Amino acid sequence: MSDTHAQSVAYVRESFVEQQTPPVSETGVVKWLRENLFSSIPYAILTLLSLFVLYQILSGVLPWLLGGNWTASSIRECRELVEGAGGCFAVLTERWNQLLFGFSYPSTEYWRPALAFLLLFVCVAPVLFPDLPSKSLILTLLYPFVAYWLLWGGTIVTPIVGLLGVAAGYVAYRATINRGFALSLLAGVVAAVIVWYLGGFVAEELSGVAALMPVESRDMGGFMLNMILGTVCVSLSLPFGILLALGRQSRLPIIKIICITFIEFIRGVPLITLLFVANVVLAYFLPPGTTFDLILRVIIMITMFASAYIAEVIRGGLAALPRGQYEAADSLGLDYAQAMRLIILPQALKISIPGIVNVAVGLFKDTTLVSIISMFDVVGMIRGPILASTDWNGVYWELYGFAALLFFVTCYGISQYSQWLERKLATDHR
Amino acid sequence: MDTTNTVADQPKVDRSQMKVSDEVAVRIENMNKWFGAFHVLRDIDLTVYKGERIVICGPSGSGKSTLIRCINALEEHQKGVIEVDGTRLSSDLKQIDKIRSEVGMCFQHFNLFPHLTILENCTLAPIWVRKTPKKEAEEDAMHFLTKVKIPDQANKYPGQLSGGQQQRVAIARSLCMRPKIMLFDEPTSALDPEMIKEVLDTMIELAEEGMTMLCVTHEMGFARQVANRVIFMDQGQIVEQNEPEEFFQNPKSDRTKLFLSQILGH
Repeated sequence: MSDTHAQSVAYVRESFVEQQTPPVSETGVVKWLRENLFSSIPYAILTLLSLFVLYQILSGVLPWLLGGNWTASSIRECRELVEGAGGCFAVLTERWNQLLFGFSYPSTEYWRPALAFLLLFVCVAPVLFPDLPSKSLILTLLYPFVAYWLLWGGTIVTPIVGLLGVAAGYVAYRATINRGFALSLLAGVVAAVIVWYLGGFVAEELSGVAALMPVESRDMGGFMLNMILGTVCVSLSLPFGILLALGRQSRLPIIKIICITFIEFIRGVPLITLLFVANVVLAYFLPPGTTFDLILRVIIMITMFASAYIAEVIRGGLAALPRGQYEAADSLGLDYAQAMRLIILPQALKISIPGIVNVAVGLFKDTTLVSIISMFDVVGMIRGPILASTDWNGVYWELYGFAALLFFVTCYGISQYSQWLERKLATDHR
Repeated sequence: MDTTNTVADQPKVDRSQMKVSDEVAVRIENMNKWFGAFHVLRDIDLTVYKGERIVICGPSGSGKSTLIRCINALEEHQKGVIEVDGTRLSSDLKQIDKIRSEVGMCFQHFNLFPHLTILENCTLAPIWVRKTPKKEAEEDAMHFLTKVKIPDQANKYPGQLSGGQQQRVAIARSLCMRPKIMLFDEPTSALDPEMIKEVLDTMIELAEEGMTMLCVTHEMGFARQVANRVIFMDQGQIVEQNEPEEFFQNPKSDRTKLFLSQILGH
C-alpha cells in the first residue's frame, strides 16, 4: 500500500497505486462456465433443459439434412432412396433454375440475371461503404440502366435514352436552381420527359443495335423477381420517405396536409389490398388498350407502402434531434436545403437506421405477397408450378425451407450491415 | 421612454483601450414579441454601436435570451423594427440568411454538430454559405482554433471534448464566418466552474479586438471587466441600463437593487 501517515488524522496520499492484473481465479473458461451457465441451481437446471431441447431438435433435423437425397428425379424415386429419414433435396437441384429465375425466363439467357446480381454488389458498394472513393458512385448511378438492359433485354438504346433523360433533367435543374427549388424541379422533370419522349422514337428506329433477346415482364419469376422488387423498392422508398417526412414537418399547410393524408392513408391499408389494386383495379381507370407493365405497377404500390413507413421512422429521427441543431444551422446562415442535407438529415438518418432497416427487411419479405396476384416469385413458383407438378407434389419442408433460407441469408446480411454502419457512424461518444 | 437610451446617447468612456465607434450595428425600435398570448418583449428600444460590448442580465423568464435571438431572427418579432448593420429584418428568407451569416451566435449548450469533426464544424458554413474553397476555409479554421487555443483537437469529434473546449470551438465556428456582431446566449451557464474562466478569457480577448458583442450572462465579473453597458431586463422590458460601475454601485430601480443583492449577495 501507499505510505500514508496512519497515525495522524490529516491524510496526504504520497504515492499512487499502479494498475494490477486481476486474480487468476477471475479469468478463464471455468469462470465463464460458472458465471454464465451454472451460476445458481435454477440456472443450472435451465442450462441442462436447454441442452436437452437442443439435442432433440438436432437429432431430428440432422439426419434429415445429412441423409437427404440430391439426385432423384421425382418424389417417388426419392422416397425409395432415402427410406423415410432423409429429405428430398433433389427437388432443389432439379428445379434450381425455376426457383431462381421463374419458369418462363429463356434458359439460354440465365447468365443475364446472374450477371446483374453480381454487378449489384459491385455497384451498390460505393453507397454502402462511405470510405470508397466518391468517384465510384458513378457505378451506382449507371447500375439501374445496365441492370434494366440485362434483365429485360432489347436494344441498349433504351437504357441510354433513359440515362440521357436523367442527365438532361439534372442539367436543367442545375441551370435553373437560382430561380427557386420548385421551379427548377419542374424544369428538370420537363427536360427529362422531353428527352424520353423523343428518345422513344430513336430507340424504336434503332431496335436492333446491341440488342439482347427481349424478355417480357410476365416471364420474370423466382427469387430474381423478389430481388428486383426488393432492391428497386427499397432504393426508391428511402428518398420518397425522406421527402414525405420533411413534407410532414413543412410550414406550408398544403404540403403538410398532402403528406399527412398520404402517409395515414397508406398506413391504414393492407399491402395486399394495394397489390390487388395494382393488379386488377388500376386497369379500369386506365384508358382501354394502354399497357402498363405489371411489375412497374407493383413496384409503385410497394414503394408507396414502404415510403409511408420510412417517412414515419425518419420523422422519429427528426424529432429526436435537439432544437439546438436546427438553431445552430440557422444561425450560421445555412438555407433550408443546406441545413437539412448537411446537418439535420445525416443525424436523423443515423438515429433512424434500425427503423429503416426494419422496414427494408419487412418490405423485402413482403415481396413474396405478389405470389397472391399470380406473379411467380420464389414462393409463387413453389406454390404453383413445382408443388402442382406430379413429380414433386408433397415436398413441402425442403422447398419452403429453401425459400426461408434464401430470405434469412439476405435479411441477416442487411441486418449485420446496418449494425456495422451504426458502429461506424457512432461519433457522438455518449 | 428616452430614459432607456441615455447611456447610448452620452459620450462613451473608453474602457481598457476598447474603441466604440458611432456607427450603428443594431437598432431596435419599439419592438414587441408575443409567444401565443404571452407578451414576452414589450416596447424594446436599443441601439448598439459598432465595437460596443453589452451585457444583458435579469431574472429567468425576463426575455433576455429572446431579445438577442430576435436579432438574428431565430425568433420572429411581431411589432417594431430591428435593423442589423443597416438591413431591416423582414420575413424574406434570403435576407434573413444573409443577416445570419453576418451575425455570429454562441448558445448555452454549444450546439456543435456531433457528426462532424471540430474542423468540419468550423469549415462547414464558410464552404457552403460563403463558397470559400475548402483549403482556404481549413486554414482559416485552424487560425481561429489556434486563437481559442485548441488547434490540436481539430480532428476530434465534439463528444470527445470538455464543455469549455466545446464552447470555445463554438466561438471559433462563429468567428470563421467573420461576423460583424457576436451574440452570446448564456455561454457559461452549462459549464463547470473550472471551465468558465477559459471561455470568458476567450470572450475577453475577442472584446479587446473590438468585436461588437451582445452577451446574456450572469458573470458579473465579466460585465465589470469588459462591458461598456449593462442592461437589466425584467418582465420583457429594459428596466435599467448604465455603465457597469454605475450599474453595480448605484442601481437606480428597486427591481435592479433586489436582483443585484440576490446574485452578488453570496
